[in-house]
Amino acid sequence: MLGPDIAWYLAVAAFLFTVGALGVLLRRNPLVVLLSLELMLNAANLTLIAFARQHGSLNGQIFALAVMAVAASEVVVGLGLIVAMARRRVILDVDQMTTLRG
Amino acid sequence: MTPLLAASAGDILVWIVWAAAAAACLVSAVAVVSFSDAFYSALALIGNLASLAVLYLLLSAEFVAAAQVLVYAGAIVVMFLFVIAYVGGHADTPWKGGPSVQTIAAIAAAAAILIEVLVVIGVQAGGGELSDEADISGAFGSPAQIGELFLTDHLLAFEITSVVLLVAAVGGVILGSHARRFDEGEAG
Repeated sequence: MLGPDIAWYLAVAAFLFTVGALGVLLRRNPLVVLLSLELMLNAANLTLIAFARQHGSLNGQIFALAVMAVAASEVVVGLGLIVAMARRRVILDVDQMTTLRG
Repeated sequence: MTPLLAASAGDILVWIVWAAAAAACLVSAVAVVSFSDAFYSALALIGNLASLAVLYLLLSAEFVAAAQVLVYAGAIVVMFLFVIAYVGGHADTPWKGGPSVQTIAAIAAAAAILIEVLVVIGVQAGGGELSDEADISGAFGSPAQIGELFLTDHLLAFEITSVVLLVAAVGGVILGSHARRFDEGEAG
């Protein structure tokens, strides 16, 4: 295979996942939390496709396409929740949504 | 030029493309997380998805790269932009007020994940586990092969995915359209 080994792609995926996790943990705007979740899902996709190339099996790419469909569903439901919150005049800040806290 | 030199020139070209795509991917990921305005974060996500599509192409995943651009950059990011425009920018100030305990704990946890994964990758790569790629044909990752697998080996996953998307679409419509009725019920 030309170019870098699979390990380099996995390292990029690890950095991407870490940045996404930092966004989920640190940001308070739920829209940006959803965007950071997309980063984490894409890091997992990159890993799946890298290992699909490593093993010469297309099952990893099929899995990545299924992950993309699940990510689309998750974004639809998450954005629907955010729109519903905005309509009920709830402040869009994940630190202030503490009604369900025990 | 001998074939050996030609091969190494191609190798260097792929390395350059990989380095540019990986750098763009990481820079745009940091931009997504650190822009205070969600609108710019969503725009940075487009760059991230495009550079990831380049990495997928280098891994001979042509169909997934095309689907990535169509589904993510074409549909999901547009949906994000519509919702951000509807809800309003609401710029939060993520880095204001100095580091709190929560911030430090989050950074420590993320650093722990990163170091852990990088150590495992390094050990595996040092052992030669990640360097002997399988030989693939030119049709690897083509739409024909993906489609054949979806309709033979992975038919159940394909059908379940369609049901999941349908349920998500119905749920999104219900969440988006009936919120005002709940308000009226509470008020009355």
